[in-house]
Amino acid sequence: MKRRSKYEGLQKRKAIAGYLFILPFIIGFLAFMVKPFFQSLYMSFCDVQVGPGGFTNVFWGLKNFVEAFTVDLTFTRLLTEELTRMAINVPAIIVFSFFAALLLNQEFKGRAFVRGVFFLPVILSSGVILGVEYDNPIMAQMRDVIEMEGATGVSITDTIKEVLNVSGVGNSVFKVVFDIIDRIYDVVLASGIQIIIFLSGLQTISKSMYEAASIEGCTSWESLWKITFPMISPLLLVNLVYTIVDFCMRTDNQVIKKIQDIMLAKLSYGPASAMAWIYFGIVMAIIGLTSLILSKVVYYYD
Amino acid sequence: MTKREAKLNKWQKFWIRNKKSEGYLLKKVAMDYSYRICRLFMMFGLCFLILQPILNKISVSFMDEQDLYNTMVVNIPANFTTANYELAAQFMGYGEALRNTFIISLTIAILQVSMCTLVGYGFARFKFPLKNFWFACVILLIVIPPQILATPLHLHFRFFDIFGIFKAINGEALNLRGSVLPYYLMSAGCMGLKNGLYIYLLRQYFRNQPIELEEAAYVDGCGTLRTFLKIMLPDAKPILVSCFLFSFVWQWTDGFYSKMFLGNTRLLSVQLSRIATQLGAYITTILKNSAGASPGYTSCIISTGTLMVIIPLLVLYLFAQKGFVESLANTGIKG
Repeated sequence: MKRRSKYEGLQKRKAIAGYLFILPFIIGFLAFMVKPFFQSLYMSFCDVQVGPGGFTNVFWGLKNFVEAFTVDLTFTRLLTEELTRMAINVPAIIVFSFFAALLLNQEFKGRAFVRGVFFLPVILSSGVILGVEYDNPIMAQMRDVIEMEGATGVSITDTIKEVLNVSGVGNSVFKVVFDIIDRIYDVVLASGIQIIIFLSGLQTISKSMYEAASIEGCTSWESLWKITFPMISPLLLVNLVYTIVDFCMRTDNQVIKKIQDIMLAKLSYGPASAMAWIYFGIVMAIIGLTSLILSKVVYYYD
Repeated sequence: MTKREAKLNKWQKFWIRNKKSEGYLLKKVAMDYSYRICRLFMMFGLCFLILQPILNKISVSFMDEQDLYNTMVVNIPANFTTANYELAAQFMGYGEALRNTFIISLTIAILQVSMCTLVGYGFARFKFPLKNFWFACVILLIVIPPQILATPLHLHFRFFDIFGIFKAINGEALNLRGSVLPYYLMSAGCMGLKNGLYIYLLRQYFRNQPIELEEAAYVDGCGTLRTFLKIMLPDAKPILVSCFLFSFVWQWTDGFYSKMFLGNTRLLSVQLSRIATQLGAYITTILKNSAGASPGYTSCIISTGTLMVIIPLLVLYLFAQKGFVESLANTGIKG
């Protein structure tokens, strides 16, 4: 009897130690996450008036939400634009980073260099650097001019597109593919971390599995789909969530830019929160739906 | 046997082996080589795709304004000049901004990583009630974009107060916006930029470490904290370094939190986003040119500014490339 209580004492001590270790997170989470989270939700239903001594929330109901869609001129357009961009870019990023990780996991000369180059985007695409060239009116104007002239410009994809159009196969499926090819730079820049995650997953697959498969007469193409893909599929889910979230947080995201603009420049906090919540709600729904579908496909080895 | 004979012999052997395998060997070797050549081209193309903008920026940054519009000038500037750098440095207040950015990035990164390490270790090794709930909160932290919390946090720090203490003393709440303090507070609470990701990575790392070492330490009478500091931390160096590097780099280039909380401190990232406006103002007011800056010149100055912001990071990356990539790739992240 005495022994058992002592064991419980140790368990208890360890539990307390565990709580002490994660205490910073708990405090931070409660202070800077939970409170602002609900406050933001409440604000989105309110007219927020900032005075000299503080701010007051006047409950408005759904007015902010309705206005975001009906009164604001650009919000709906920006929202649909960003969501379609996400729908095209995210799968492209995942597929690209999967194959890039496969390539980078092989042995070849100069691998260290190639790896170094591939992870440069982690620096290059972070924070303001990505957005700075889109940020000012002069550059935007110039981009419009280029886009207008682009119809007559020479590019390989345009030429191929024309050839396909002439031969009568240039339909909407090809359009998506060409869109991705045109955006390949965006895709490569956004897939640094995803490649690292896939790579680390590839390294946990034991070599003996491939050996066994090749002895049984499995080609490397087959073992890619029968061994590598299932083993790495849990990371597919991780990467998907990460990519979508990363996409939402990027500085060149027009919706986010719009929200910040409304909040910091016009000081209208209520509508800004409402828009943020609309965007967040849609993104969460997408994440939830895709991970629900993917989790049916994902294979857990252990 | 001379060298040539040996070579010949090798070829002969190859053909004999090929014949024995009924052409399979030749086919396989040919496939192998063609695959390698394809891979080479792909690798080259992708590396070029990534490196080209940087190289382009470097070449443009040394060009004079007339070179930008001269179609004869490609990549190599005709009138070599460093005036762009001087201008960009002037606009950004480079010296001061660099110092500020360096100090803030370094301290924030250290603070964030040490806090996240504690939390990650706590999640990896201890069993306590509600553990899964708290870990779900970590996942939530990764998933929720900080922009959504921007509004209340903004107001929270604009009228900062702890249970009304400051209001009782000063008569009004503190305005912490524009000071550095809120961001340090948030970092200490693991709520900084992408801290959920660091917690996740570090937990993953500690979970994969063998538990025997710690058990031995406990048996020998070492306390929990001391075991963590003396036994677990020294082994965790690679992953700590890579988390630190990520934190440092992302903090360096971060625009969101910097704009949000550190508005009054001159930081490279914030200064960079203003550079084009400043160039326009400079040209219209000081040079008395009412047309403003030309698009080409603006983009040239922006490129120069961007380069000046990322050069310290590139140097860091050059030396610590292993820390960025290899150690993270070796953590064995699982879904």
